[in-house]
Amino acid sequence: MNFFRQCLILISSILISLLTFVGISNADGHKGFKLGVVTFLSGPAAEPFGVPAWNGGKLFIKLLNEGKVPAPYNKKGFGGMKITAIPIDESGGATKQVQEFRNLVQRDKVDAVLGYVSSGDCMAIPSVADELKALTVLYDCGTPRVFEDASYKYVFRTAAHAAMDNIAIAKYLIEKGHDISSIAGINQNYAWGKDSWKDFSVSVKKLSPSSEIKNELFPKIFSGQYGTEISALMNSKAKVVHSSLWGGDLQSFILQAKPRGLFKRTQVVFSAGDHVMPGLGNKYPEGVILGARGQYGMMAPDTELNKWFYKSYMDEYGVFPAQPPYRMVQGLMGLKMAIEKAMEKNGGKKPNKDEIAAAFKGLEFDSPGGLVQMKLGDGHQAIQPHAIGTTVKDKDGNITVTDIVRYKASCVNPPNGIKAVDWINAGFPGADC
Amino acid sequence: MSEKLYNNLLFQSIFLMSFLILVGLLIPNWLVFVITKAIAYGLVGLGIITLMRGGLVSFGQGFVFGIGGYTAGLLGTQAGLTDAMLLLFVSFLFTGLVGLIIAPLLARYRDIFFAMLSLAFSMVLYGILIKIDAIGGSDGFVLPESTYFGIKPSSEYADYVLYVVAIIMTGFISILLRYYYDSTPGLIALAVRENELRVEYLGSSAFNVAVLNFTIAAGLGGMGGALNGIALGHIDPEFTYWTTSGEFVFISILAGYLSVPAVFLAALLLELVRSFSGRYFPDTWQLILGLFLILSIIFIPSGIGSFFKQFFDRLKKSK
Repeated sequence: MNFFRQCLILISSILISLLTFVGISNADGHKGFKLGVVTFLSGPAAEPFGVPAWNGGKLFIKLLNEGKVPAPYNKKGFGGMKITAIPIDESGGATKQVQEFRNLVQRDKVDAVLGYVSSGDCMAIPSVADELKALTVLYDCGTPRVFEDASYKYVFRTAAHAAMDNIAIAKYLIEKGHDISSIAGINQNYAWGKDSWKDFSVSVKKLSPSSEIKNELFPKIFSGQYGTEISALMNSKAKVVHSSLWGGDLQSFILQAKPRGLFKRTQVVFSAGDHVMPGLGNKYPEGVILGARGQYGMMAPDTELNKWFYKSYMDEYGVFPAQPPYRMVQGLMGLKMAIEKAMEKNGGKKPNKDEIAAAFKGLEFDSPGGLVQMKLGDGHQAIQPHAIGTTVKDKDGNITVTDIVRYKASCVNPPNGIKAVDWINAGFPGADC
Repeated sequence: MSEKLYNNLLFQSIFLMSFLILVGLLIPNWLVFVITKAIAYGLVGLGIITLMRGGLVSFGQGFVFGIGGYTAGLLGTQAGLTDAMLLLFVSFLFTGLVGLIIAPLLARYRDIFFAMLSLAFSMVLYGILIKIDAIGGSDGFVLPESTYFGIKPSSEYADYVLYVVAIIMTGFISILLRYYYDSTPGLIALAVRENELRVEYLGSSAFNVAVLNFTIAAGLGGMGGALNGIALGHIDPEFTYWTTSGEFVFISILAGYLSVPAVFLAALLLELVRSFSGRYFPDTWQLILGLFLILSIIFIPSGIGSFFKQFFDRLKKSK
């Protein structure tokens, strides 16, 4: 009977792997500020979204560590502490992300985690973050439900949620006199797609009660093939087609729908449409109404901070920054300001997560995309100004954005304590435009 | 006498279990968590191995893994049942029952037909789960924190308590399985694997063996799914996706069907390789994982269990 010996082998292998791995993970000491960064590094969302976001983040962290960022971000690193970033791939689904998150917090003992593009991940991570008491900054994901359905102590989102994108597009369509008598939508079948469509269709109904919904399509996320959906949209003859597709899905959709003439036949609106522009270049269709989920890229405001960021990114990577790098930098700026605010209070020591969380609540900071205010979800959820535009070919044949309308943050975001959908249904009470 | 005690399965297992429970106090929290996850995956792998002994491989264990996970999750969120041990046990029974219901259909098929049919079941479940918005659709949902006999451990110890529960429950299941493997029906499974026709001529039913093994595999898979869900605190339809099922097949191939502890070792290895390649090679972790799978199939084709066996056979000879 060799069972006992097998057990001994099992035990010793566990011990050996344990010693090696504990050795590895404790090798780097605990100076400075350790930051876990989670974004798509593989899969269909990597090339148009995750990688540019991380490129922006990497560049910004490098410049921060060298102290080369203009005021008010001119302190080195985070309040003088050198930032060490640990990038992690976001692909693989929410369950895998929960595990990666635990690894970052428990094994790498990071001081904070900045991450998450997918709304599915943003729904899964916060409860674990609070359970492990880990400071977490959601930098991009859109579903309004994160802080509407629950509240968390250590979780913050430094970007506005998706309600703003869809409310602003509905307003834009009406202001510019587009025909919205019938609408159709193609959105991914998960939190982001469903919430985006709900916010858009309800907003349109509210602003123009006579408009009818022709078609609601919900393909699976990352499905990449939209032949049947495009046929359905063409047949529905809706005046406006709304889509919150993003990343590789949006690229595929554009490339498959353009030759079939969808963009010529109907007015297409993309609630997050700019981040595939660097990749598609002149293949991007004309006459599309798009948002960038904030004043980013070609719709960025003309401020010193934005000029500095636009130029730094352009010089480093040779393409203009679209939504993703703006978003990640916005998250890093928020975290930096919260840390430095906490350090002012505690006399310059490295603040703990409770001190940072307290400082983060209700924080306001300038970003390349405008003023970010942590106003919703009791100071955990940001609002920010927004811009919507229409694509057009300029005289050199390059696709660019014109007809830009800017919206105040308080015009397209609900006030604190009211759910986005309820606010839309109530007819946007208290909107300050 | 001492020699006998030494060789007693129960004694050995209890010794191993108490050792692992003690080790759990010394190792860092993340490793406790990784081992708990490995136990969950190992349980499903154990189910596949039970099937493999009868000559069947299921490509759709994600089906039972998902049912187990969703059973535990829904009982937790809808019925307010948060006792981890109870959830594990109920998931085990319920998934076993589901297994028993579909087993007669599956047990009529062999080889690739069995594998593909089981895969079909898991993908149908996947398709259904992503469409049900009431339970989160493709986002899945968050499980409430678990309790043990009505007590909710503080967050520092929650991982460890679950680890202990997992080790104890899995330990006893492993013992029972070892007895089952060495029992008459367990050995008939091996005979079915060798020559099904002859087994039938000798008066045993290969069909019954397949049904029994599938039911056991389903129960184990359900418990694994529940444990995985409870450990992570989140469940999504990815549990039933074919890539998840593929991982279970890989674990059982890596382990081989000769040894019970080898399954858990294989699951732990896979888990560690995956999590460290993700940490140190964030851009190319799939490549590292793939290389690991290829290398382990080339160098240990009949599994870690066989590697153990060879080693000890040689040791005996040299004595």
